[in-house]
Amino acid sequence: MTTYRFDKKSGRLTRRDFMGAGIGAAAAIAAGPVYLRHARAQDGPIKIGFPAPLSGPYSSEAQDQVRCAQIAVDLFNEAGGLDGRMAELLVRDSKLDPGEAATRTLELIESDGVHFLCGGLSASVQLSINQVASQRGVIYNSISQSDSINEASDFTKYTFHEAMNPTMTAGSVGRYVFPNHGKRVAFLTADYAYGHEMVRGFKRAGEEFDIEVVAEVSHPLGQADFSTFFPRIQAAGPDVLICSNFGRDQLNTIKQANDFGIKQQMQIAYPVLLFTQRVAGGAQAFEGIIGGTNYYWRLEEDHESAKRLNDAYRERHDGGVPSDYGAYGYAGIYGLLEGAKQAGSTDADGVIAAMETMRYDAYKGEQNFRKCDHQAVQSVLVIQSKPEAEIEGEYDLFNVVHTDNGGEEMLRSCEELGHET
Amino acid sequence: MWFHSIGLLLRGVRVTFDLFLLQLFTGVALGAIYVLVALGLSLIFGLLTIVNFAHSQFFMLGAYVGAFIMGFVGNFWLALVGVPIVVGLIGMVCERFLIRPLYGRGIDYPLLLTFGLGLIILEIVRMLAGTAGIPFGTPPSLSGAVDLGVFFFPKYRLFLIGITAVILVGLWLFLERTSYGLIIRAGARDQEIVQILGIDVSKVWLVVFGVGIALAGLAGLLAAPIRGVFPEMGVPVLVEAFVVTVVGGMGSLFGAVVAGLLVGITVSFTSFYFPQMATLSMFLLMALVLIFRPRGLFGRAGLLD
Repeated sequence: MTTYRFDKKSGRLTRRDFMGAGIGAAAAIAAGPVYLRHARAQDGPIKIGFPAPLSGPYSSEAQDQVRCAQIAVDLFNEAGGLDGRMAELLVRDSKLDPGEAATRTLELIESDGVHFLCGGLSASVQLSINQVASQRGVIYNSISQSDSINEASDFTKYTFHEAMNPTMTAGSVGRYVFPNHGKRVAFLTADYAYGHEMVRGFKRAGEEFDIEVVAEVSHPLGQADFSTFFPRIQAAGPDVLICSNFGRDQLNTIKQANDFGIKQQMQIAYPVLLFTQRVAGGAQAFEGIIGGTNYYWRLEEDHESAKRLNDAYRERHDGGVPSDYGAYGYAGIYGLLEGAKQAGSTDADGVIAAMETMRYDAYKGEQNFRKCDHQAVQSVLVIQSKPEAEIEGEYDLFNVVHTDNGGEEMLRSCEELGHET
Repeated sequence: MWFHSIGLLLRGVRVTFDLFLLQLFTGVALGAIYVLVALGLSLIFGLLTIVNFAHSQFFMLGAYVGAFIMGFVGNFWLALVGVPIVVGLIGMVCERFLIRPLYGRGIDYPLLLTFGLGLIILEIVRMLAGTAGIPFGTPPSLSGAVDLGVFFFPKYRLFLIGITAVILVGLWLFLERTSYGLIIRAGARDQEIVQILGIDVSKVWLVVFGVGIALAGLAGLLAAPIRGVFPEMGVPVLVEAFVVTVVGGMGSLFGAVVAGLLVGITVSFTSFYFPQMATLSMFLLMALVLIFRPRGLFGRAGLLD
């Protein structure tokens, strides 16, 4: 068995010994997380850890997040970095698994010595990253939808949430869809945090319209075949079918619903309608489908910051445009580096203070982090997929049918989330 | 009528006869994919006594080869012919150089080998084609729904049921009505006697393995327009295929067909009445069958002993 050995030179326990001595490690954990906090280098490159589900049903979205995150790092470095300190992106595959993500995050912090963390697509994965990051005092800017990350039980001062949350997303989509398309509502829901939080958001928004829920069906994440659920939904005769699923599941529900002629019987809506899946699925299958989004590339017509992101993306990726979730990757990194710039260092407390007060225009107009839960206050777009005949150019996929200009009234109040005020 | 009494179980939704039929049809279409995958698995197990853990990765490979052919010639029907040939040949190469040295060494040797082979195929596809997956549209001539009088049903799923029936009849004719099929069946009964009669059994095994893998590849291609093409698409399929072969009886082709449809229909009706139980239902069915028939519905004695 390995025993405690001290590194003669520094007089400290070396990490290898530390890992080897299981009992010692257990004692250290019992002593509290502060003990595990490593002092991170205050010079040298600024390292940002980026766990993302590069394999699995959300891989298209994750890979675009990585592309855009790299653009944010590149632009930061081109502008001279933080007084000459360059940023560096360290990407790891979370495999869409909370345990895997926790392990990779721990490695990023302990072995790679990252200063910040970003990424973590999937509601359950980001919560696990947040827990590891918070315990070790590393700022984490999450770029995936979650309501519970705002709540006092999961929130720590190290937690930031650049992505929209289900309350605001489902709220905006619901307030658009219910009055325009009907009040009899069926839910087809991915059976995990994302799906359940979205449904809660829709029901909350539906209260003022007196919606009637006529069917609720849930399916496991990564379901291949949805056909067997459709007759039940058809039998319930809803006006609106809300599918709260994501990634490849979204494409498969839309394709299969189309095959069964569901679209002729009801309006299909998604809390988040994905650019990546629309590209993969084609105009015909997606025609008329409504959903929310944080970003559509044509925002560049109104916002200089969107144009900056799009141009950098076009230049690097054959004239393509960033996707919605890709743009989160850019904004997440942008927020962290902007915080570091304003603080003038990578010291966690300094950066937190800067991020709490800064107003920043990353990619779609001005945003800020609300003080109590570090939720990014931002606009929400409601989009509808264009029919083939109206499309002008390869990336002209959606019409923006409604824009909610953000504002704190779209969020749950700090008291409701359990924060001290 | 009796289906109205079923309807009482479902609060707030009137279960009409056409709805019942639609759910049944959906289950049969779902079962068609199960049948094709399980058939190859069962063929290889029944004749070669190999539990092929790489089966689902050949399923995935079939979808990728199909996407590749479509990318080149843009014709689904050509892919339908090309995929079983290409994937079957790959399977035969694997049999010749990897599995053949393990014959006569006990059931766990090829099991471990195919398990590793599956992981290798998965990683190779990830490296060559990327982790994100490839979109795969329904062939234009088969997209949309067709009016069956009582309800609308997707053309492609109807085609799926039809082609599965064609493949079943073809396979049955091959095994029962050709001399090659006779040798295969004889070889499965008593390898030694067949060898004494002057027949090269190793060639028979090669062909059987190739046909089984070709079926997996074809199933992958047929599933692609519904599920899309991505590296992990085989992972749930392996579980489903094993459930079907166990329910039908290891090694029984007839069992694989009956069980495939039974599992499809079970999942379909569970989705209707208790959607949360849909995935679980196939395992409950398997447990039930195993309690009353430990060898599955049509399992032969002694295969695993």
